[in-house]
Amino acid sequence: MRPYAYVRAHDVEGAVATLAEAPNAAFLAGGTNLVDLMKLGVETPDVLVDVRRLTSDRVEDLEDGGLRVGAAVPNSVLAADRKVRTRYPALSQALLVGASGQLRNLATTGGNLLQRTRCVYFYDTTTPCNKREPGSGCSAIEGHNKNHAILGSSEHCVATHPSDMAVAMAALDAFVNVLGPDGERRIPIEDLHRLPGDEPQRDTILEHCELITSVDLPPLRFLSNSKYRKVRERASYAFALVSVAAALDVEDGVVRDIRIALGGVAHKPWRATKAEETLRGEPASEENFRAAAEIELEDAEPLRDNAFKVPLARNVMVRTLLELSEER
Amino acid sequence: MSTTAPGSATGTAIGAPLDRIDGPQKVTGTAPYAYEHHVDNPLYLYPLHSDIARGRVARIDAGEAEALPGVIAVISHHNAPTLADTRDRELAILQSDEISFRGQYIGAVVAETFEVARHAANLVSISYDEDRHDATFTPDRDDLYTPEQLNAGFPTDTEEGDVDGAFSSAAVTMDETYTTPVEHNNPMEPHTSVAVWEAGDLTLYESTQGTHSVRRLVAKLFGLDRERVRVVALHVGGGFGSKGLPHANTVLAVMAAQVVEGRPIKFALTRQQMFSCVGYRTPTVQRIRLGADENGRLTATSHDVVEQTAKIKEFAEQTAYATRTMYATETRRTTHRLAALDVSVPSWMRAPGEAPGMYALESAMDEMAIKCNLDPIEFRIRNEPELDAETGLPYSSRNLVACLREGAERFGWEGRDPTPRARQEGRWLVGTGVASGIYPVFRLPGSKVRISYRGDGRYAMEIGAVDIGTGAWTALTQIAADALGVGVESINLSIGDTDLPSASVAGGSSGITVWGSAIFEAARAFRERHGDDPAAGDTAEAGTPDNPDTENYSMHAFAAYFAEARVNEDTGEVRVPRMTGVFAVGNVINPKMARSQFIGGMTMGLSMALHEESLVDPRFGHVVNHDFAEYHIPTNADVGEMDVTWVDEDDPHVNPMGTKGIGEIGICGSPAAIANAVYHATGIRVRDLPITPDKLIH
Repeated sequence: MRPYAYVRAHDVEGAVATLAEAPNAAFLAGGTNLVDLMKLGVETPDVLVDVRRLTSDRVEDLEDGGLRVGAAVPNSVLAADRKVRTRYPALSQALLVGASGQLRNLATTGGNLLQRTRCVYFYDTTTPCNKREPGSGCSAIEGHNKNHAILGSSEHCVATHPSDMAVAMAALDAFVNVLGPDGERRIPIEDLHRLPGDEPQRDTILEHCELITSVDLPPLRFLSNSKYRKVRERASYAFALVSVAAALDVEDGVVRDIRIALGGVAHKPWRATKAEETLRGEPASEENFRAAAEIELEDAEPLRDNAFKVPLARNVMVRTLLELSEER
Repeated sequence: MSTTAPGSATGTAIGAPLDRIDGPQKVTGTAPYAYEHHVDNPLYLYPLHSDIARGRVARIDAGEAEALPGVIAVISHHNAPTLADTRDRELAILQSDEISFRGQYIGAVVAETFEVARHAANLVSISYDEDRHDATFTPDRDDLYTPEQLNAGFPTDTEEGDVDGAFSSAAVTMDETYTTPVEHNNPMEPHTSVAVWEAGDLTLYESTQGTHSVRRLVAKLFGLDRERVRVVALHVGGGFGSKGLPHANTVLAVMAAQVVEGRPIKFALTRQQMFSCVGYRTPTVQRIRLGADENGRLTATSHDVVEQTAKIKEFAEQTAYATRTMYATETRRTTHRLAALDVSVPSWMRAPGEAPGMYALESAMDEMAIKCNLDPIEFRIRNEPELDAETGLPYSSRNLVACLREGAERFGWEGRDPTPRARQEGRWLVGTGVASGIYPVFRLPGSKVRISYRGDGRYAMEIGAVDIGTGAWTALTQIAADALGVGVESINLSIGDTDLPSASVAGGSSGITVWGSAIFEAARAFRERHGDDPAAGDTAEAGTPDNPDTENYSMHAFAAYFAEARVNEDTGEVRVPRMTGVFAVGNVINPKMARSQFIGGMTMGLSMALHEESLVDPRFGHVVNHDFAEYHIPTNADVGEMDVTWVDEDDPHVNPMGTKGIGEIGICGSPAAIANAVYHATGIRVRDLPITPDKLIH
């Protein structure tokens, strides 16, 4: 690992100011991904600014009936939170199928959103990777790409976003609160993560010195009828081949409202807006769920090793929505 | 205490469920593994790997690394010690600028801390003259060749009768190809060396399966008298064959110790580095053709294997070996062909040969049973041989049928509807499968035991054997107690050190057979010479005696595996909630430890069936999923109920203990039981391991 300076700021403003001055500095929270990447030489910051104790580690009620999750709330605490479990079960479920018990104890809400891809070529500094070294080329497009994207990729990058939590938050229409040198801004989670385009090195729209301080979950009642289903090659401790977070509001057999997000298929949590639009106002039937899923996946462009993700994503969307409509 | 501890009454140690005698040390973290041996003032080594697969090192610029505080030396072919013997090209590292595979060691940084060494290694700038490499393994290459012999000395090809004729006239035939991927051994403890070179003497604390074999090899490579090399391995955190033959990491550590003479070198591989230079299981492509008559008796069996080796050193896995003896068949052919590539050298991985070979054969037997309209157990029993077809010898004992029947009973096989895709629970398709297992009784040369009476009622029992986590510390103590006719508390066992009498490698499931036989022989010699009332200091030494029965009998352990597989109809996820394994392995020294070996073997079989796959990117020539996030082995949640038992088997021919070796048989056949269960659940026959969701979803 390259030597680096470790700094602890007094408050969030100080942390942001420190990063504003240091172009090769990074925030350190749980460190469960960053430190691994530093050991491998994938990330090489000069300075780590420890923000773990600066942001809130509490889950609090908002006046509008929603919840505010502090950026420092550990994944295990968020998963176990009673309000989260009852009002946003998909989020709790997503957290619990991510990583391992030890990692969830250390990993934070803010850090989880900023996990980097698990593309094997990104992790291997001896192979070209546009995300790690812009312009060097993408090794995955013609290499081993079973775990890679089928939607929204570019000729520069076919990586996927690895977070489970972020997929659930995308389906829940969460907002991410961010502090920068010019103050706070509030970003719909849908806009936080980017598609790779020609800048695959940028995972999110955040500026270098912007710090996630909290995540707001909206007060929509039907989000209590939500679910997260993750498909992986082993029963635990593996990244998703495909995952689905969905929330469903059905009245008299008709879809009143719906949220669907997919994991493991794109460079960002993939909000299935086409499927949602197709289903709103339609009968909640297997046939309609399937048709909507197929519409969502019409644009899929599978690679050599991951054509299976198209039927897989379709099947999991259909099954998850069926379960949500049956459980009501 | 009114009760007697297990194994303390005379003659009762073998077969007693003793706790591990090294258990308290291990759970309190005081059992010294190689890296934990205290040495004064150590230095740390971090290796430099080649980033190309073929060519030459053009230039190594170590200026920046050498300038880093704490860096002691940067070693490369420019300044590495010259080896006395360079014939083994896997081991003769840093002797020239030549690069023969990606990941090859081309140097090392030695520094005051591991962190500085690792950082400095990143600062070494290396340029290459790159040649075109060839790391593409396919069975249709036009340069496949026939090795002279296979691993362990088995013949490359065999042929009995007119297979093609028998196949073309058979009533029922099948012809399918099965493939298995590159797999890496990945013991929990990585390969580790602590090397101390002082005044021409070398002490090596080594994570190895064989102290004496490492000593022989290191002495030869470095031109040292064997007596000047001491190798110590008191506790080893697994090897699965990857620590059976010394690899280049050991050479690199010793070279560094020589360069910085006087200060110890510590070198532990990272998990990622475990995928480059310490062996792996070759990928295999196996075509199996079976022909049978109307009664389901095999008339033709052919098993043709294509696998890979490295250009720099041949390793020819004996993949079709088991097919030569497993079933009766009128005609039989087995062949092995190799593709020599610019890759690192494949080597032993738990049951080399039988593990991939029995996956293919036992999958084929399942397919053939279905074609013959027979229950797969009945089909196997119909083809049970009288004699070992390969040698014409009778089996010293062969209780496969008993294993199949006992397993069927325990697992609840009776009444099984063979129709595929006919059972469902919720979204999960449910199926069951069966497969046979086999593993030979190996007998390696070169083990000796010394027994000395210490005068306090205790006997010192000394042999340089290694316990790689299997329980040898305990099992050898039990054998020694019964061999001398004393309780286990009277035995002071010393193992894991070349200062002790020589021992063969802990490999081929042979340790108990070979070392235990030597213990019995030494005990006999001791009692003959010194009687039952010896004086302090009385001693005797003996080696593993010849066993004339090896000429007269075919010696193999057998097993039967049963598995239930559940496959999710929507997602193709495979779960195995339960497995049964029934073993015919002769006498069991310690049922607790035997159970662990069987469960471990079957779990590795599950791993092979569903998870393990090293993804080689032929454009680069190396394994790209080189960590435990991406190279999957089962988690606890993947391992369901493991029901393990063994049949009574008295084999008077194998050795004085009546044992057959239990370390490897658990992985031979168990993957096929799972593959067969997946077929039964889904109607999809996956002939390409591992069985992952992408192969089951449509």
